[in-house]
Amino acid sequence: MNSEIANMIAKRLVIAVITLLIVSFAVFFATSMLPGDTATILLGQSATPEAVAGLRQAMHLDDPAILRFLRWGGGFITGDLGKSYANDMPITTLIGGRFVNTMELAGITALISIPFALTLGITSAVMRGSVYDRIVTVLTIGVISVPEFMVASTAVLLFAVYLKWLPAISFVNEVHSLSDLLRMYAMPVVTLTFVVSAQIIRMTRAAVIETLSTPYVEMALLKGASRSRIVLRHALPNALGPIVNALALSLSYLIGGVIIIETIFNYPGIAKLMVDAVATRDLPLIQTCAVIFCAGYLILITIADIIAIISNPRLR
Amino acid sequence: MTQSAPSTSAGFYGYSFSLVGVLAFAVILFWAVVALFAPHFAPYPVGKIVDMDYFGPMSAKLWLGSDYLGRDMLSRIIYGARYTLGIALAGVLIASSCGVILGMAAAVIGGWFDAALSRFMDAMISIPSKLFGLVVVAAVGSSLPSLILTLAFIYTPGSYRFARALAVNVNTMDFITVARIRGENTLYLAVSEILPNIIRPVLADFGIRFVFIVLLLSGLSFLGLGVQPPLADWGALVHENIQGLSFGSAAVIAPSIAIASLTISVNLLIDNLPRKIRDRSA
Amino acid sequence: MSKLVEIRNLHVEAKTDAGRRIEIIKGVNIDIAKGEIVALIGESGSGKTTIALTLMGYTRPGCRISGGALLVDGKDMAKLSEQERADIRGTKVAYVPQSAAAAFNPSQTIMDQVIEVTRIHGLMTPDQARARAIELFKALSLPSPETIGGRYPHQVSGGQLQRLAAAMALIGDPKLVIFDEPTTALDVTTQIDVLKAFKSVMKAGGIAGVYVSHDLAVVAQIADRIVVLKGGEVQEEGTTEAILATPTHPYTQELLAAFEPKETQFAGKRTDKARPLLEIENVIAGYGPIQADGLPFMTAVRSVSLSVEKGRNLGIIGESGCGKSTLARCIAGILPANAGNIVFDGKELDHNARRRSRDALREMQIVFQYADTALNPAKPIEDILGRPLSFYHGLKGKARDARVDELLDMVRLPKALRYRHPAELSGGQKQRINFARALAANPKLIICDEITSALDTVVAAAIIELLKELQRELDLSYIFISHDLSVVEAICDEIMVMYRGEKVEHLTREDVKSPTHPYSKLLFSSVPKLDPTWLDNLVLEPELVRQYGGA
Repeated sequence: MNSEIANMIAKRLVIAVITLLIVSFAVFFATSMLPGDTATILLGQSATPEAVAGLRQAMHLDDPAILRFLRWGGGFITGDLGKSYANDMPITTLIGGRFVNTMELAGITALISIPFALTLGITSAVMRGSVYDRIVTVLTIGVISVPEFMVASTAVLLFAVYLKWLPAISFVNEVHSLSDLLRMYAMPVVTLTFVVSAQIIRMTRAAVIETLSTPYVEMALLKGASRSRIVLRHALPNALGPIVNALALSLSYLIGGVIIIETIFNYPGIAKLMVDAVATRDLPLIQTCAVIFCAGYLILITIADIIAIISNPRLR
Repeated sequence: MTQSAPSTSAGFYGYSFSLVGVLAFAVILFWAVVALFAPHFAPYPVGKIVDMDYFGPMSAKLWLGSDYLGRDMLSRIIYGARYTLGIALAGVLIASSCGVILGMAAAVIGGWFDAALSRFMDAMISIPSKLFGLVVVAAVGSSLPSLILTLAFIYTPGSYRFARALAVNVNTMDFITVARIRGENTLYLAVSEILPNIIRPVLADFGIRFVFIVLLLSGLSFLGLGVQPPLADWGALVHENIQGLSFGSAAVIAPSIAIASLTISVNLLIDNLPRKIRDRSA
Repeated sequence: MSKLVEIRNLHVEAKTDAGRRIEIIKGVNIDIAKGEIVALIGESGSGKTTIALTLMGYTRPGCRISGGALLVDGKDMAKLSEQERADIRGTKVAYVPQSAAAAFNPSQTIMDQVIEVTRIHGLMTPDQARARAIELFKALSLPSPETIGGRYPHQVSGGQLQRLAAAMALIGDPKLVIFDEPTTALDVTTQIDVLKAFKSVMKAGGIAGVYVSHDLAVVAQIADRIVVLKGGEVQEEGTTEAILATPTHPYTQELLAAFEPKETQFAGKRTDKARPLLEIENVIAGYGPIQADGLPFMTAVRSVSLSVEKGRNLGIIGESGCGKSTLARCIAGILPANAGNIVFDGKELDHNARRRSRDALREMQIVFQYADTALNPAKPIEDILGRPLSFYHGLKGKARDARVDELLDMVRLPKALRYRHPAELSGGQKQRINFARALAANPKLIICDEITSALDTVVAAAIIELLKELQRELDLSYIFISHDLSVVEAICDEIMVMYRGEKVEHLTREDVKSPTHPYSKLLFSSVPKLDPTWLDNLVLEPELVRQYGGA
């Protein structure tokens, strides 16, 4: 570790913070662009103008946007996330347990799909052009090209409707035994694993193929190195940066996938909460959920960038 | 044709076509025709209840069965093609043209313009697209024009980044330097020197982005936040009929297959575009 | 002498974009005796590297050996299994790549890679291998042989990497070493060291070699025999002396002719009274942010002055990184100079091309080294040549078409080429178009930045001839930038030597044989001659080499 690496990492962190600021700014303003007046929406069309004006003042809706953004951002930092419009509950309470549920779903999926997909991606790159590679490639293109809900409904049709192995819907509060737990997570995790793995496989395969076509891999071959030696000692160490990057980018599909999967399986996570909030136009809740998701994604990308910097031999 | 060309490719006018590419193109063309002439193909009016039963099975009368209200699924899918293809095409046209114009401008002008625009676009990219969609739909609603603009807005940064990377590469070439010190202006550099060199990958990106938009639109509609009743795109058809999933109804499966056939075909077409035969004289 | 290598009727096929198979090696026969070094020489695309690689049983992706026998030490490389080939690679046959910088794995230390062959084939213990590697480093006269192995590839210079790649090849005690253009990417002063090191190690070990190169003079120093290739076929083969003295094949004769100094009448009439066409004074330029002292972070050109008289040519010579190309970009206004004056045709020019008048831009044209990147691949030749015509001279329609034909004619290309795209032309044709575009402006001065460096010897010689003819016809002046002394000598009236951003010497044609600055001496004496004894007899002052020699 030297000062150049430290500098680059510091720069990445600063960029991440700036990006998060721009993003939350964008989220805030997008949700403030409402064509209708928030107060009118809340009180309904029949509200008296006095009532609307009163509510506007109470909610500081007449303040300049930048002031409202700062107040909102300040609340975010101090942990005061405000109250939901829809049912007047503190947002912290609404999100709390569901956040844990979503993290569980994402975590289990990542645990399964990363090793699974890395293995498939690397092996198919090494055996490029073989029947195995072609099957993997066709399947990945297939999964990538279809919407997540189709992967999910195929899984439901297969495992719940025809095979009747698993229930189609998750009910977290009805867990009585380990098998219940397994059955509850199984469908969402299986579906998400498919979606995320397809992305990881595709990007990992591309990264490894690129390193395999470098002159130093040709040189290793001309030294008489075995295939496994070429892959393990020459290709993979140099593909590490791109692979980690591919992983981080692919895990962002986890976020997109989670939104659909939680809805289709009725899984009580934060994404389901957000979709419901959009249906009721519960703005504070939407803003908070959106910022949480963006922050999660940014953290992943930043970690990947930092690993890529550290693993770059030219900076040693 | 050359003596040893593999069976999957044939040469015409100096281009080689692959069988997969031709098939994929046929599927895309099929959906385009269906969308354009939907009223001529649909056997029943789109909103008419024609079946006594809901989630009726496939039959000679109702090829794809009926939906949750007893409407003809085939007709609804044929009309759905209009919304899925139309909205996605409008969205991708706006997104790609904005992205390419801004990307080339950033590459040619450079300096703070490039730096500021790129930082902003990078930040926009780091918002997962589905999430972005939810937020904007929550804000501006889901009328058709606002859906199109939302989709275009979400995919402009990606198109910008792609076009800018290509344009920056071309911009470092000596022929750009030659044109610059000839005294050419920025517009000429972008339109006449850079654009012809990036147009092929940009068109491929256009296709990929079209797929992204179809998927996002379907996803939003599936969540009930995209195209609103009584109109329905393919994603909305899945949403309407999702209860039919537990009986394995065609009302859920058929629109899903329609989406998949379109998106997979576009992806396959991009991977199997006609290739120019470069070795004619060799 | 017994034969180590017998190549019999070798055929190699390549698959094209469209899936068609074409033959790139068409029945080649070559023998190599034990301890003999055979050079494969030819232009790009002649198949020399392909043949060399088949000796390891290897072809690049998309190619395959389609016929013939490749006996190396009694075994047919074409018929062995992949495992048997792997056993031979590194132990019996070893490879030294063209670009060692790309062939070293960036994430491993040099030592790990040098001794990898011994690990793969279980030749010796790691400690023995390291000791042997250090011996080789010494034999190849690498600096600090004890510690250089601990570094990473990006931490050592190109010339050193090339020698380290040779150590990597020699550690397995091979019987045959394949050198694939190993000095092409190096500067001449560095090339000398590397060549000397290769030669002494090969002779000492009695190792046979295949030396692939396009440079006849380099090959003459190291090879016992020369095989001349063109279009995948052997044109001529013989001992080095015989090929150099009595070449029989026309292609070989052309190759040799490119080395002959040409008798040319130089414009020469020095019009002393006339003011110079271009005069630059104390130009300073570089890259990066401007420091407090008003100079750029990385200064590439330090206070250079020069002048070019009308109808005369100035050559600027120096090795990579000496600032010669930066100087050219400064004069053209592409990289605005940080200080100094540029006076062109009596008028002071702005440092930045953007603020120069259209006429000033028109009268001074620059031609770049790589025609591939200098010509817009998306445009047909007529548009490439037509644009400056309409831009500067307002030509349209028929008049423009006629002028495009004229320009093609001037650079000796057929008119039919106007409808083609750059990718459909050969390297030499592209460079002619590149030059014709500069002519289209009707310039007074053309700056030629290494315009022959990317071309094969014979093609380059023809371009130089063309430049001279056009100069007589059109009253042009050239600034000719090159790292290759023979090219500069062939066309320039005056020669300026640059080293580390500074002008170290200014020579006229008459005194080019006797430079006075020590760096010029070293540079000029490092240019390989066709004489096979040149390298062995070359004595460079050690003090000189220490001060200015390859980094």
